[in-house]
Amino acid sequence: MEVFLVSLLNGLVYGMLLFMLASGLTLILSMMGVLNFAHASAYMLGAYFAFTISQHIGFWPALVVAPLLCGAIGAAIEMYGLRRVHRNGHIAELLFTFGLALIIEKVVQMTWGLIPVPYRIPAGLDFPLFTVYGTYFPAYRAFMLLISALMFGAIWLGLTRTRIGLVIQAALHHPEMVGALGHNVPRVFTTVFAAGTALAGLAGVIGGNYQVTEPAMAFTMGPIVFVVVVFGGLGSLTGCFIASLLMGLIQTFAVVLDYSMADLLRWFGLTVTSATPFHEVLMVPLPRIGALLPYVLLVLILVFKPRGLMGTRDT
Amino acid sequence: MSADATQRAIVAAPGFAALARRYWLWAAAFVAALLLPWLFFDWSTHRHSGFALTMLSEIGLMSVFALSFNMQMGQAGLLSFGHAILFGLGGYCAAHTMNAVKAGSMWLPVELVPLAGGLGGLAFGALFGYVATQQRATAFAMITMGLGELVAACALMFMGFFGGEGGISTDRVTGTSVLGVSYSSSWEVYCLVVAWTAIAIVAMRLQTQTPLGRMANATRDNFERAQFVGYDPRMVRFYQFALSGFFAGIGGGLYAIVYEIVTFDTVAAAKSATALLATYIGGAGVFFGPLLGTIVVVLLQSGVSLLSNAWLLYVGVLFIIMVMYAPGGLAGIVAQHAPIARIGRLRELLVPYLRILVPGVLSVFGFVLLIELASFTTIGVAQGKAFKIGFHAVDPATPFPWVLGAVALIGGGLWLRLEARGFRARWDALIADAKAKGAML
Repeated sequence: MEVFLVSLLNGLVYGMLLFMLASGLTLILSMMGVLNFAHASAYMLGAYFAFTISQHIGFWPALVVAPLLCGAIGAAIEMYGLRRVHRNGHIAELLFTFGLALIIEKVVQMTWGLIPVPYRIPAGLDFPLFTVYGTYFPAYRAFMLLISALMFGAIWLGLTRTRIGLVIQAALHHPEMVGALGHNVPRVFTTVFAAGTALAGLAGVIGGNYQVTEPAMAFTMGPIVFVVVVFGGLGSLTGCFIASLLMGLIQTFAVVLDYSMADLLRWFGLTVTSATPFHEVLMVPLPRIGALLPYVLLVLILVFKPRGLMGTRDT
Repeated sequence: MSADATQRAIVAAPGFAALARRYWLWAAAFVAALLLPWLFFDWSTHRHSGFALTMLSEIGLMSVFALSFNMQMGQAGLLSFGHAILFGLGGYCAAHTMNAVKAGSMWLPVELVPLAGGLGGLAFGALFGYVATQQRATAFAMITMGLGELVAACALMFMGFFGGEGGISTDRVTGTSVLGVSYSSSWEVYCLVVAWTAIAIVAMRLQTQTPLGRMANATRDNFERAQFVGYDPRMVRFYQFALSGFFAGIGGGLYAIVYEIVTFDTVAAAKSATALLATYIGGAGVFFGPLLGTIVVVLLQSGVSLLSNAWLLYVGVLFIIMVMYAPGGLAGIVAQHAPIARIGRLRELLVPYLRILVPGVLSVFGFVLLIELASFTTIGVAQGKAFKIGFHAVDPATPFPWVLGAVALIGGGLWLRLEARGFRARWDALIADAKAKGAML
């Protein structure tokens, strides 16, 4: 029970972090058809910007400035890069963002070094908030939860209650029609791209000190965010939300449950020794399979249900 | 080559002179590959340069890998982010085969070990291809990415087949050569690599002219129409994927022979990215494009990485420039000159080229200088290197080199823009002339 509750909370925190990344990506992918490889790079940039800013000014200004910087970079990428590549098709756009992700990783390595930077939780939030069965729950995780919940509310309100939100929703499904009705679709694209990258940057600010801020963080986070987006389905933020939480929970629970197939077989009276065929596969503990699970899900969903959980069209 | 050119070639049944005219470039490349190492031969010790041989072997096996990648991307329009798994798994198969031969539990001449890698690649290509080719375009790209991550994670997890982080070591001196060669010197290995590279390249070239290769082009260009003609595009994609796995596996087998160790790196995402970068820089639309790209990438990788930490950044920037300005890659740029050459006015481009060359070199110099300065201050200092421009030692802590770099980059860039306008006008005039003379194909 104790393990269950703690993991549930941790899974929720991680899931909400994933959602902040995935929501922007899902909007970009559904609207523009661009599988943005550089999205996780914005997450990394957010963390590094926040690290530098919090060294000079403090964490709280960084919380605002770093995402804005990321958003500005995103807008520039869309206006000066993607738009030019757009006429060569979706694959060219995808390759463009892929190249960008490579370059950003290298630039980060050159600016901040190859080893992780000591980006720490701000002192004001570094205390245990409450205890669950004797385990402390850090205040910073609650803060992360709060920020991501606020963001979720803001996105939801923005998309359903504002004029631009309605245009974005329409452009998700029928971009040509929206353009025909006289809306400036390229500007909508830029807005969404910038907002998406800013959100990813914000996720980096609050996630960078929760995890490790290192040059490889984009390439480890990227595929998982893709899984969430595909799992949730194109064109559906709700699906994306559910998929994020599920993925967060799956990954946290898989780490805690230290069992393997061999343990399952023992129930049926079979013991696995090193002489058993495929004993390596059978003895792999669940935490290690948990790391594989997102990719297995990605492949299975794309093959059998490319529409995802709540998607409106195939990936 | 167009379809009726093939027809003509078959009907005419060309003699030796015609064959020589058509294939002289390939033959020259083959001879050059065998002669190149002698440029680095150390006559005083009568030894080949190990560095040059390794680099040339790397070019050979990586070009097989990149060309097999292009069987999917260029020929069939399938963008894969996990192609290295076929390469790496082929390599592991070859390494295990060699170990089995060494242990005496099976017999296979060393010359045929790459084939074992190829068959391994084919088997895994069929397995993964069956899954991946259910979809195409972006979904295909994501499936292959998922498969790539999956195999890479498995490679670290299962010790038996993959050997974990240490990889599988092997020994190419099995004493089972049919040619009586021991393969203990790297020159002998290099000859084997050249032979297999040539065989694989010719086979892949011929494959583009088979009905399967043609149908792969058709499903790439017009999916619905290929279906209407009565082909199952999924099966075409599947066969193409599996076959490309075969050739990637040959590349992996060569890797196992050259390095005598196959590690987790060979299946990792970075390896897949290398194939993608090389193919796109060289040009996916032309058969020999990936070959050009591989040469560029490996030269940067082996040559520049000795001097600088930022070789991947240069490759990335080159890649982005290609994606943005020259989607046809290097080969595409060369091919664009064909109509102008056909009207015999290629010479008139010489002066415009020289004029953009100067500011081009200037801005590249500025860019490289700035990148190297930045990389030096964070990474290089820790490695205890000294910073030099040419032979002059420069202190990166002073503003002078930074200003020099910035001025060269910005000034060169502005100048290049100015010159590019003149070049563009000249180019357009020549192309218009070529069009008027009917030299555009």
